Amino acid sequence: MAVARPAAAAQFVLVSAALGALIYAFVSFDFSVLYVASNSNSALPTFYRVAAVWGAHEGSLVLWQWILALWTLAVALLSGRLPITFAARVLGVLGIVSLGFHLFTLVTSNPFERLLPPAFDGRDLNPVLQDPALALHPPLLYTGYVGFAVAFAFACAAMLEGKMDQTWARWTRPWTTAAWAFLTIGIALGSWWAYYELGWGGYWFWDPVENASFMPWLIGTALIHSLAVTDKRGLFKAWTLLLAILAFSMSLLGTFLVRSGVLVSVHSFAADPSRGMFILAFLVVVIGGALSLYAWRAPLLRSPAGFELTARESFLLFNNVLLVIAATVVFGGTLAPLISDALGLGTLSVGTQYFNPTFLLPIIPLLALVSVGIHSNWKRGRIGDKTRVLVRTFALALALALALIYGAYGPAGKWLTPVGAVLGIWIILSSLVDPIDRLRRKMTLPRSVVGMTIAHIALGVFVLSLTVVESYTIERDAALRPGESLQLGRYAYRFEGIEPLEGPNYDGVRGEVTVFRDGKQVGRLFPEKRNYWVQGQVMTEADIDTRWNKNVFAALGEDLGAGSWSVRAQIRPLIDYVWLAALLMALGGAVAASDRRYRLATRTENEPLDVGPGVEGATS
Amino acid sequence: MRLKFVVPLIALAALATVLAVGVKRSPEKSTIQSALLGKPAPAFSLPSLTDPAAQVSAAQFAGQPYVLNVWGTWCPECRADHDMLMQAAAEQRLPLVGLNWKDDNAAALAWLAQLGNPYAAVAVDQEGRTAIDFGVYGAPETFLIDAQGVVVHRHVGALTREVWERDFLARLPAGVSPGGAS
Repeated sequence: MAVARPAAAAQFVLVSAALGALIYAFVSFDFSVLYVASNSNSALPTFYRVAAVWGAHEGSLVLWQWILALWTLAVALLSGRLPITFAARVLGVLGIVSLGFHLFTLVTSNPFERLLPPAFDGRDLNPVLQDPALALHPPLLYTGYVGFAVAFAFACAAMLEGKMDQTWARWTRPWTTAAWAFLTIGIALGSWWAYYELGWGGYWFWDPVENASFMPWLIGTALIHSLAVTDKRGLFKAWTLLLAILAFSMSLLGTFLVRSGVLVSVHSFAADPSRGMFILAFLVVVIGGALSLYAWRAPLLRSPAGFELTARESFLLFNNVLLVIAATVVFGGTLAPLISDALGLGTLSVGTQYFNPTFLLPIIPLLALVSVGIHSNWKRGRIGDKTRVLVRTFALALALALALIYGAYGPAGKWLTPVGAVLGIWIILSSLVDPIDRLRRKMTLPRSVVGMTIAHIALGVFVLSLTVVESYTIERDAALRPGESLQLGRYAYRFEGIEPLEGPNYDGVRGEVTVFRDGKQVGRLFPEKRNYWVQGQVMTEADIDTRWNKNVFAALGEDLGAGSWSVRAQIRPLIDYVWLAALLMALGGAVAASDRRYRLATRTENEPLDVGPGVEGATS
Repeated sequence: MRLKFVVPLIALAALATVLAVGVKRSPEKSTIQSALLGKPAPAFSLPSLTDPAAQVSAAQFAGQPYVLNVWGTWCPECRADHDMLMQAAAEQRLPLVGLNWKDDNAAALAWLAQLGNPYAAVAVDQEGRTAIDFGVYGAPETFLIDAQGVVVHRHVGALTREVWERDFLARLPAGVSPGGAS
């Protein structure tokens, strides 16, 4: 057991050495390494040479391993207060997961494969990935993905010990919340990148790869809330364990979907069936092992007390059920092509037409219940006491939403517009009631409450801004000659012409567009069309004028001949707040995870373990 | 061991089976369905997008190599594909036939009006029957069919300049003249 911590440290040092070596190979243009030759080029700037390390399959696996080693090390360093047997089991489970990934890399995906004789020059990093946001997106996303391994390891360790109590939940909460916060930023960064880099101004496509990151997020969100119940009330134990297993399973499944190439995707960068089989086998061993443990141990867990239908426990249960339904919707849509293919029902494609309406089914009730749930009490309902607060905040939200719709934007003709606006504002208002009340009564605000409030306000901002974006975005494409204009609402785009452009590893053209609002010039945009030399790929670089309440977007389409170009114009109100809300949500998570009570928690100060007496008998 | 605690395990087993089948089949998908490669292209005759009264059929393009491109306005990747198709059309090496798959006609026409129309003809496959005949897995997909009507190549995903030159132009017989798109 004493070996676990030094071993974690040694693993971190060794994986760091591997990652360092790979980074060095990239920075020093070592084209005798196949992976470097495939994903770099002598014209590639240094920053992207480092980011190119995780630009394809082999290197992103090394990054994955390094982050897992980092989490493992963090657990080893911060687990001083945990009982040594428990800490050893957690580190042991993390070690098994690491082992799987190390084996995977060694057997199927050696990043240091030699290329002899060395290439004269490299094939370059996929131009789509040559972007600052995308350079940071994988590390953040992986930190979130892999972070759920910690909650998973805690769950497995608890099941191995046959003990699971409120202290366990208190240990697990900050790790889960931290991983969730990273995942939130990672997803938001990916969406932001898609918006300005893919060139057509969309920000979420329900693409399999996006879904692969969104499913662990949904389950992780459910887990955070279910852990709160287990921590405060000692309930939902089996359910919490299952969610902890599921969250990491979704991470592994995401890795599988992205890396095996079973699904055709906008971003399917790597596809190899032998790799797919390996991850699948690994996934079955790890998740199957955990679920077997669950089937064996979970029935032995006892919950001490019940609760009333309108108590906070119920609302958190609804939250969990609805989030899991939402994740199932995404899961079903993502895997539908595979399932129908496996059953011999022919090919089937699932797109936005399925995801948008179906996803809203569980999400709208969920959002409506957030405001009510925030005001509920633990254990006893007494929601009647809160009726006045609920009615008042709702009335205020209704008034503000109507003022926003009719005052600022005008009716959109969609029923979702008022619903989204009211729910978003209601969530913001409801989140503020309790903290303001506490401050007024000169009570302290623990960080966990502050963090929760920030995250819930962020949710409200997210819902509100997304509603406005979806209701009031206007866009048009037109063929323009220099000097011609297109009209878009109160805006006019005048196409001034194009000029040639030369970058470090690309050339192309840069268009100039003057934007007028009500006839007055408000800005100039310079959308680009880049041709990356090595891969011969044409990239559309949109130009976006970011204002406090909207984005003015222009992208250059095709050269239509005779000096005429197709130009895409788009006005998206409040779009930046969608991503800022995600950042705020992550900040809320960070604040909550740093609460003192998690650091002080030790087993001694808590009530005795409430697992049935049969456990020890069952072990032998 | 109560049953409800075993349910997740059973679900995992079912999922793993489906995924294993998916992995087994994935090479066929990403390269070529061997059933079609080297075989005559499935015959089709579908309404034309641009002229509802007319039909677009495989027979019209017999005797010359042509490209069949499966697309839809609902498919984000098709926008990237479209860029390359416009370039390919400008080269006039061979006709591009569009198969507008499970799409809305008005949206498809608006797309072509805005982004340009690279196609010699666009067939409307509302029900997706022809796409199934071709074994289309997802849009965009592009098939190269030779003068004898045989499928010689299939590409899944957006075309790039590299793919276009390596997998399509390189497979054309030397005698194909520029301007064959007439």
